[in-house]
Amino acid sequence: MIEVQGLTKRYGPTTAVEALSFEVRPGAVTGFLGPNGSGKSTTMRMIMGLDRPDAGQALISGRPYGELRWPLREVGALLEARAFHPGRSARAHLSALAAGGGIRSARVDEVLAAVGLSDVAGRRAGTYSLGMAQRLGIAAALLGDPGVLLFDEPVNGLDPEGVRWIRELMKSLAAEGRTVLLSSHLIGEMALTADHLVVIGQGRLLADTSVRELTARGRSLEEAFFALTGASTAYRGAGSGVDAAPERNDR
Amino acid sequence: MTAPTVPHAPAPAGRHRFAHAARMEWIKLRSLRSTLWALLLTVAGMIAIGVVTMANTKVPSAAKAAEFDPTNNVLAGVALGQLVVGVLGVLVVTGEYSSGSIRSTLAAIPDRRTLLMAKAAVYGALTLLVGEAVALVTFFAGRAALADGVPRPGIGDPGVLRAVLLSGAYLGLIGLLGIGIGALTRHTASAIAALVGVTFVLPAVIGGISGTTVAKFFPTMIAGNSLAVAKPVSDMLSPWTGLAVLCLYVAVVLGAGARLLARRDA
Repeated sequence: MIEVQGLTKRYGPTTAVEALSFEVRPGAVTGFLGPNGSGKSTTMRMIMGLDRPDAGQALISGRPYGELRWPLREVGALLEARAFHPGRSARAHLSALAAGGGIRSARVDEVLAAVGLSDVAGRRAGTYSLGMAQRLGIAAALLGDPGVLLFDEPVNGLDPEGVRWIRELMKSLAAEGRTVLLSSHLIGEMALTADHLVVIGQGRLLADTSVRELTARGRSLEEAFFALTGASTAYRGAGSGVDAAPERNDR
Repeated sequence: MTAPTVPHAPAPAGRHRFAHAARMEWIKLRSLRSTLWALLLTVAGMIAIGVVTMANTKVPSAAKAAEFDPTNNVLAGVALGQLVVGVLGVLVVTGEYSSGSIRSTLAAIPDRRTLLMAKAAVYGALTLLVGEAVALVTFFAGRAALADGVPRPGIGDPGVLRAVLLSGAYLGLIGLLGIGIGALTRHTASAIAALVGVTFVLPAVIGGISGTTVAKFFPTMIAGNSLAVAKPVSDMLSPWTGLAVLCLYVAVVLGAGARLLARRDA
């Protein structure tokens, strides 16, 4: 269970996230949708305790991230690809995380096999393709067998086979009773993967509903999404001159 | 929607501690090739400089015999060693930010103070051990390279063992200083610039303007004139005062670095 309560984040004069509240429940894939710059990544960074909110709080199983007893066993996250040092092998990267998370080291080879990186686990991770880097990030997220998972744009850089693999993985993690928050701006992918949707625009909550309900509002999920976010998309807004808050994809 | 029971095992009792962070940092440190190469460079460079310096050390004139201190000469390579060890210390922190691995690291150890102290403990211990080992080896290798007729220092002579051990400890302290500066700036280039400024540029400039009055408080001056001396030099800090001043610098920089890391967004 993830609880986001009145979360607000400002960068100078720009408000990236404003009074955002929603809950992510276990046993379902919750899609986190919004145009570029809507504050998805910033929200996820605040849930992970990387950025400090200006107001509000984000709780995981009732606690802020920084107060979790065994963070990696409680939460797994893929925030951006390449959250590793290029000079270190995938195995060394995961072994270090396992040590930090109090996770048995045999788990490293298990997750490497699960994401299909066993054969290249000894190679410097800097030589990996974007798809392999995404897989390493997913391996790190699964390392502690956590009950709560966050994925920010996990299908970036994956081939069709990889995209399908992620989709099945998300669904199976949710079916096991885990809490899964999946951000993406690929609506078609979301329609196939998510059960529930949290839609934001310009840092504000636009919808918190089921995929089925939102789809029923228009001819398709995409139509319904555009109807919902039209006003908050900078490059489609009718010359409002208001820029969307910058998406913090640069770390 | 009914949620089936989660099959994975619940987290065990207790919580993550400093020891987990330290083990993680140790694995990270030894799994980068640059660690090994940098330490090899330090060891080889310091021994080579010590041997060459001693081979070129002449018999002192009668007037200078009293202050002749070959132990100080043999440890001249500390000037190189501190640069390598300091830069590697900087990278222990800034490398996390430039690569993005800091996100994974903080996911495992969310408390930035705990994380920085673990980095400092692991890297400080490693550089202290390497520093002491290389200082001792350099002393004996350099001593053997002295020309015939030049008075040979013995490790048991007054102040000699102290000079050798404090020089080794200096490398550990500079390693910690590098980590602290890295935590302050979080950017490799600015941190290395600050490190080089403090160790090489500022003492040279200030020494040129006002002599030793202020310059004697800079790390490199303390290393060469306070720590690595069997015969204390007048106008300079005494060995133990020099060590205490360095420890103070390290505590202040690491403390400030930890404070900033805790306050800033990652």
